[in-house]
Amino acid sequence: MKPTLALRLLACVGYLVLLSPAALVLLISFSAGDFLTFPPPGFSTRWYVALAGNSVLMSALGTSAILAAVVAVVALLVGGPAAYAIARLEFPGRGVLAALLTAPLLLPTLVLGLALLLVLQPLGLAATWPGLVLGHCLVAIPFAVRIMTTAFAGVPKELEAAAWTLGATPFQAALRITLPNAAPGAIAAGVLTFLVSFDETVISLFLVGPRLTTLPVEMFRYAEHTTDPLIAALAMTLIAFAALMVLLVERLMGFSNAMGRE
Amino acid sequence: MIGWLLALPALGVMGLAFLWPLAMLFRISLNRTTETGAMEVAVTGESYTRLLGDEFTWELIGNTLGLSGTSAAIAVAMALPVALMIRAASPRWRGLLALLAIAPLLVSGTARLVGWMAILGDQGMINVVLRWVGLTDAPIRMINNWTGVRVGLMESLMPYAVLVLLAGLGRLDSRLEEAAATLGANRFRTFIRVTLPLAAPALLAAWLLTLVLGISAFITPRLMGGGRVFVLATEIYNLALESVDWPAAAAMAMLLLGGLILLMLLRGCVGWLQGKRA
Repeated sequence: MKPTLALRLLACVGYLVLLSPAALVLLISFSAGDFLTFPPPGFSTRWYVALAGNSVLMSALGTSAILAAVVAVVALLVGGPAAYAIARLEFPGRGVLAALLTAPLLLPTLVLGLALLLVLQPLGLAATWPGLVLGHCLVAIPFAVRIMTTAFAGVPKELEAAAWTLGATPFQAALRITLPNAAPGAIAAGVLTFLVSFDETVISLFLVGPRLTTLPVEMFRYAEHTTDPLIAALAMTLIAFAALMVLLVERLMGFSNAMGRE
Repeated sequence: MIGWLLALPALGVMGLAFLWPLAMLFRISLNRTTETGAMEVAVTGESYTRLLGDEFTWELIGNTLGLSGTSAAIAVAMALPVALMIRAASPRWRGLLALLAIAPLLVSGTARLVGWMAILGDQGMINVVLRWVGLTDAPIRMINNWTGVRVGLMESLMPYAVLVLLAGLGRLDSRLEEAAATLGANRFRTFIRVTLPLAAPALLAAWLLTLVLGISAFITPRLMGGGRVFVLATEIYNLALESVDWPAAAAMAMLLLGGLILLMLLRGCVGWLQGKRA
């Protein structure tokens, strides 16, 4: 049935609510004023310049980028084989395994962060690289497993079977036939796990220290006590980056497909 | 067997970063906090009795349920037209509309809240427009209080509500709506008597999921509440990092987990009942 006018209007209101925060961030980030005032008293790029000159935020950006890259690689290497097993092999407890590997996504990150702190602090691993990588892997691996499972399941089984009949061992067939065919999915998984780690705030709040801190944590702390367009410029930069990544994933395998919902 | 072997690295990380920390969380919730605030190893339920005997804890539980219950309900109500619109759209538009509705999921939560501050703040869009129209003289306070938190939370829950509704509405047979129209029902009547009852299970599923996510939310109450809004999540953070009372923080986290697990079981039951009826 064709949507009625009332439905169209209500849907527009819904989209307005969903998209207006990002639109306002875009507008305010180019403000020439000193506060988050609307409409901006004038337009300038001064807050982007100020952002580039902010050494705390820039060093946090570096940390976050390196951390996200490491986490994406680890999540793929660790989650990939598990996803292959879930998608391709028949074995007792397969459902339990799949549930266990996505379980962390069901729990609040606040509780996960606190639990990690209680374990890592006594070991002297809080506010260290290994601690942060471990904490981020906890939420990145479930994503990697979910997306890679979809990707492996999308490669026809017959291809692998054909390789077997031609004399390839199951290991060779998986590595040389299924893996290259699942490559777009693997790239999508890599991009999304990078993004998950790059945006992760709450777990990091528990695991950072004065010497080692991430961009989302510094952004959160900045927004807690100051509200000036600098934070909007930073937010806009992150939104643009995320949008670019989503477009990349959409091109590779379809965004909603990659999320593998329900 | 080879399946478990392939999953061994992933299981190792999960054990190290998930199961062990959760076990330690429970263990530390049984420790004792001494008069001086230091932690003493013990096996006692003191942290739990202390929390449950404190009226503030019950206020926090009430705040948390009230906030997430209402925000989830509004989010689902606002997501329904969006989901119906996506369902009715031509295949060419459907992908784009769906992407727009769930894209906020990948934008950092803090970034979106900065946008809401620019909309709801004293010098924000809504207040400026209201003053310009002449409806108000003094700014209406909409951030650093419950209003701001409720709006921010509602918006962050909407994309999830859209996803659940899309999955649920996909199974809904649109021929029933067409039949109602053929039999003379107008659009509004068709919606109230046919679409809404058929969508009810999806609406309930969406509300339960967003309720769980709302109860777990921390960034939104903390940032939009400006330190004046207290829920379980903000209090766990305060206890752990500001008062550094680990047994109390762990005990409150266990209470939160218990409540969430109950809700998830309820969700499972509802899903099972609906599956049985269908």
